[in-house]
Order: sequence, then structure tokens, then C-alpha cells
Amino acid sequence: MSTYTVTTRTPASTVFGLCAVIVTGLLVVAPAIVGRGMIQDLFFILTMLTLAQFWNLLAGYGGLVSVGQQAFVGMGAYALFGAVILLGLDPVAAILVSGIAALILAVPTAYFAFRLQGAYFAIGTWVIAEVTRLSIAQWKAVGGGTGTSLPRSAMREMWGVEAIETLLGVRSSAARDILAYWLALALAVATIAGIYWLLRTKRGLALAAVRDNAEAAKSVGVDASRMKWIVFLVSAFGTGLAGGLIYLQKARISPDAAFSVTDWTAYVIFIVVIGGIGTIEGPIIGVLIFFLLQSLLADFGSWYLMILGLIGIAIMLFAPRGLWGLLSERTGLHLFPIRRRLTGGRFSDKET
Amino acid sequence: MSILSLQNVSKSFESLKVTDGVSFDVPKGEALGIIGPNGAGKSTLFNLITGNLMSDNGKIFYDGRDVTRVPAMRRCLNGVGRSFQIPQPFEKLTVFENLVVAGAFGRDTSEAEVTQACAEILERTEMIDRANVPAGQLRLLERKRLELARALATDPKLLLLDEIAGGLTDAECQSLIQTIRDIHKSGVTIIWIEHVLHALTSVVERLLVLDFGRVIGIGEPGEIMESREVREIYLGIEV
Repeated sequence: MSTYTVTTRTPASTVFGLCAVIVTGLLVVAPAIVGRGMIQDLFFILTMLTLAQFWNLLAGYGGLVSVGQQAFVGMGAYALFGAVILLGLDPVAAILVSGIAALILAVPTAYFAFRLQGAYFAIGTWVIAEVTRLSIAQWKAVGGGTGTSLPRSAMREMWGVEAIETLLGVRSSAARDILAYWLALALAVATIAGIYWLLRTKRGLALAAVRDNAEAAKSVGVDASRMKWIVFLVSAFGTGLAGGLIYLQKARISPDAAFSVTDWTAYVIFIVVIGGIGTIEGPIIGVLIFFLLQSLLADFGSWYLMILGLIGIAIMLFAPRGLWGLLSERTGLHLFPIRRRLTGGRFSDKET
Repeated sequence: MSILSLQNVSKSFESLKVTDGVSFDVPKGEALGIIGPNGAGKSTLFNLITGNLMSDNGKIFYDGRDVTRVPAMRRCLNGVGRSFQIPQPFEKLTVFENLVVAGAFGRDTSEAEVTQACAEILERTEMIDRANVPAGQLRLLERKRLELARALATDPKLLLLDEIAGGLTDAECQSLIQTIRDIHKSGVTIIWIEHVLHALTSVVERLLVLDFGRVIGIGEPGEIMESREVREIYLGIEV
């Protein structure tokens, strides 16, 4: 019998891979070129992109539509503040505590929420996030309901800030922004690379199988509930890291802001939906459009939210697979190909 | 030695008894056919054997072990493969990927290890030309073939086929029969639910008749088809 092989790469993906390396390189050196305002904007884009990628992993690949991801942003942020204020940990090192705290919260959350299906699951996660917010608001050591700030000394002595000051010749406050930006860049790149890697392993196939048909997946040996747990815990960990980093940069926290369903879940869902759910490319496009809209509509107050809502509805009706879905359907383009194409054997004569 | 043994297995949905005290043994290497009118509980019986449903009463032994409470995914790893009566493909995956996921998980190995085997199964089931097509785009007939191919990808010792011959042309049916014969010859135990009787009887060694969730006859196909009960209950409705 003839020999078959599997390929995932496409010509477009190879070109794109090179472009991605160049863009990432440019982003790394950006602080030496662009101003502080631009760095703050890029920080916002990168952290929202990270949140969007994890929500997309949950909902788009795992079929778990959560509206409670703010629980992990808030938990991560508060863990960072707690570790810095109470334990005297370096803020950069404390980001890891953020991820771990979110992971710990995710275990009971999943235990309860996995008993619910579909819309009930979505509302269940939201309820758990609210309970977490109300509980954290009782924590007096980090400011209770009114919140608190990171101590100035900890911010000044933060690991890496001095090196950036001398390297780029900037003031301490700008150096902190640059440090946060580089961390955000590293997190976003690691997130995309990690998710892409996951989807290309056999677990990625299993994830798609469970999403498409859980009963059939069990019948071919896939542990469906284990896949759900993996996706939920990984997403919580990453969301917690992002939450810690976002509030490291803000340096001021309150329960209402850190557990905001609008900021950390509604916007994130908007980004994924308009970009294209179930693709890695979608959130990247989505976050750029979201940022543009936000800058354009910044002066319109609550009209801004209504316009976002209308755009969201229009996309859901007319392009349910998002802008990337539309583009990819027309052009057949895949920048992060995961499709395993069977080649060789009977196909070899056709493809030459 | 029997590969599968059911002892007094029952299952009810609300007050409806769908499987009612079913007991039978399947020797290793046998091909057993299951017939019975619509609603007799044939597919439910399959779901109980595969673990997609859990029985209310009774015991199920597979390969000498009590698997009554073992989940579907474990039973698959131990060698129980199945096709669904209503095809259940992974729609967004390609035909090939449908097989790879079944192969890699059902055999608990890597994707690379099963690539060649999956491609060969696609050749055998005449699905190779559709390998890179998303399963959601397949026609009904192709979906049925994919069910068989995907079940084979898990490398089953016991293969459960649920009405895969329905709606085929004569030529297609002949080639399907040949494929199933080959699978059987390679040592796989087969349990096959089918309404297309001539296809079934040309492969199986024994027939089991199910009606209202009960076994009303089991034995050599000729004998079974002759029996008065079967003629009354089954053929009376079917012919």
C-alpha cells in the first residue's frame, strides 16, 4: 500500500510566520521609537488580545461560553496586590501568584459550573464571579470595597525598572510602563504560541471533536470531561496572569473595576465575535477593530456602548463567523493552519 | 470464551421499559445479527453495551471483566468500537481528522502512529477521495461510511454496527458486505443491527430477535427466520 503523510503548513502560513517574527521584533524595540502614550495603547491592545485568546479557547474551541472571566481577572489582580502589600513580594514576581490564585479559584468554579449546560453555564459563571467580587470587597487589608493602591516604594524598586531607565534614558514612571508593556508582549506572544501548539497536538483534535459531538467523542476514546477541565483551567490561569499584569500597570484597584463584567468579559466577547470565533486570527483582528472604535468613539459617552452593541448584532446576523471568517471563506487563507491534510499516496499524482 | 456477556440487563426511560431483562453471550470471533421492529430497543441495547447509556439493572461483562459501570471512553480503549445509526461525525473536522482523533485516542497512541492506518481504512471503505473534506459537507451515504471507517480507526476487538446498509444500492451493498466480511475474517467480533436482511444473513452466524426490549429468539439465522414468533412479530410488520 502507498505511503501517506500529513501536512498542516500552507504557503500563506509560511510567509505569515516570517511576518509575525518581524512584527514581534518591531514590537520589542517599539519603546525606543514611539512615545509613552503609544506604549500605553499597545499595552491595552496586547492585554485585551490575551484575554480574548483565552476566552476564544474556552468558547470557540471548548464550547464553554463563560461570562464570568472577570472573576479570574479580578482574582489575579487582587492576588498581586495582596502578595505585594502583605508579603512584600516584587510586583513582577507577584504576577505568577496572580495566575496561581486564578487557577485555584477555577477549580471550585468548574466543579459547580460544569453541572450546568449552555446558557445556564454562562449565567452560573457570572454568578460565581459576582460572589467572588462581593467576597473580595470584604478583604480589609487590600482596601475592602473602596480598593487601594500599590505602595510607591514597591513600584519604584520593581525588578527591571532601573535597568530600563538607564537603557532607554527615561524617567521611572515611563520605565514602569515599558516594563509592563514588554511583559504584556511576552504574555500575548506566549499565549498565541501556546494555544496554537495545543491545537496542533492530538488534544487539539480531541477538543474539536468534543465541541462538535461529545457523545461520539467519548465513543472513540476521548475523555470529554477531562478536555473541558484542561481548557477551563488553562484559560483561568492565563486570564489571571493578564489580570495581574493589567493592575500592575494601573497600580490602583477596586473590586468594581477589577471584577467588571463590561471591561473584562463583554468587551472581550465583542472582540472575539467581530473578529471570528474559533480561530486564532479572529481575536487579533477583533482587538484592532475594537481599539480603533474605542479611539474614534471616545467622545460620545454612552453612545459608544450602543454603537458597539449594534455592530456586534450586525456581525452576528450577517457574518456569524466574524470578519476573519468572512475573509478566510472568500480567500481560503489560514495564517495559523491546524487542518491536518492527508497527502502522498493516492494524492501525490494529483498535486504535482 | 465469550467476549461479551449480558446478564439480565434492563433500562427504562420514565415508565417505558426499553430494555427488559436482556441476557445473551457473544463468543469471541462471532458475527451476531440483531433484528427487530422499529422501537424494539436495538439502538438502546447498543448504547448500553458501549457505555453511552448506563443500565438500570443487570451486569455487562466484556472480555471477562465487569464493565457495567465503566464509561464509554474506557470501553472504547478496551476495544469496543461502534457506528451510530444516525451518523454523528465531527462536522468541522475533515474525514481524515475524524479518523485520526479516533485512532490516536481509541488506540492511545500518537497521531503519527495512526496516519498510515487511517489512510488505509479510508482506502478500504472507499472514502480516500474525500479525506480532506470537512465531514459536515458529506452526503448521507458518505456519512454512513465515515461511521464505519471511524469505528475501525479505533482498532476494535468488538465492533457494533447500527444500520449501516440502509439506503444503499445493490452494488454498494455488495461492497459493504465484502468489507464487513473482511473485517470479520481478520478476527473482529461483530454485532450488527440491520433491516436489510439479505445483507445481514450473508455475514452473520447467529441472529438475535428483539421485541419490546426482550430477546424473543437467538440462534442460527435459518432457524430463527422459520420460527412462528419471528414471523408473526417481525416479518408481519416488515414485509
